[in-house]
Amino acid sequence: MLPEEVTKFIGKKGPTSVFEVEREAIRRFADSVDDSNPLYYDEDYARKSKHGTIIAPPGFISAPWFNGRPRKWAARAETAPDETAGLLPALVGAGYGRVLDGGIEYEFLKPIKAGDTITSTTEIADVTVREGRSGKMAFIIRQITYTNQHGEVVAEARGTSIHPEGSPES
Amino acid sequence: MAKQLYWEDVKDGGEVTPLSKVATQQTLVKWAGASGDFVPLHYDDQFAAASGVGSSIVHGALKRQWLVHLMTDWIGEDGFLKKFSCQYRQMDYPRKMKSLTEPLDGETWLCKGTVTKKYVEGGDHLVDCNIWVENGKGEKTTLGAATVVLPTKG
Repeated sequence: MLPEEVTKFIGKKGPTSVFEVEREAIRRFADSVDDSNPLYYDEDYARKSKHGTIIAPPGFISAPWFNGRPRKWAARAETAPDETAGLLPALVGAGYGRVLDGGIEYEFLKPIKAGDTITSTTEIADVTVREGRSGKMAFIIRQITYTNQHGEVVAEARGTSIHPEGSPES
Repeated sequence: MAKQLYWEDVKDGGEVTPLSKVATQQTLVKWAGASGDFVPLHYDDQFAAASGVGSSIVHGALKRQWLVHLMTDWIGEDGFLKKFSCQYRQMDYPRKMKSLTEPLDGETWLCKGTVTKKYVEGGDHLVDCNIWVENGKGEKTTLGAATVVLPTKG
């Protein structure tokens, strides 16, 4: 069982962040994956494609599950307060000081194009605890919605972070 | 780019064209910069050892993106990756660097998949797959699933 200090964050919303999808950021992302699809970097090729411009690989919009840590794009603007800021400290206080990426589920609805402005909103969908092979672990499930500048939802994600019992560097 | 895959070409139980990958310490630094994940577990051996994982480990999200690459290469430009999920089950360790650009000999990873279902829904021609990343020992360190929309020859 997790204390109320932790579970009270279920349903709370993280910061709404707005960021621009830059060409160079797409190129670097694809390069780090060793994905040489010309749709991600070749302007002429991409212009003649059905997209008409460079697109970002699915997954470019990573789940920002590192609340309060450096992440893909520092938020350019936060349009809502972060109600979840106290969650990780509360988990540490409950004895779950470590953190691992557990995985992600995506639903992609539309390609993201270079130059798009994407707004992402995050909500704490659940916080649970389970007894695993290596001891007790807490799980945070974050529901993230990505919307483009036309108001279209381009992707939904559910990210899981795993918080094993122990101190941050145990 | 590979040639276009059509729904008619896919067989239930068939194979997704495998993709091989090498993760080096350099790859992880590039991924950290590109993805914004600056957790020291992935580039600082001392920090990683103190955290109980031995030495720096491959980002789960990089393995996720390898699997996305597996699917987008397979389905081609007229295919659409509709759903995708993965779970990180086992740590992977990058090859260290031998020179500025060359890694030491070592592990090569394979991204693989099999078709689990082929169907039509809401007018879309869909294919479900199980996908995974295998380490050099053939162990599945990342498990996932994907649903794709494919064009038809019709």
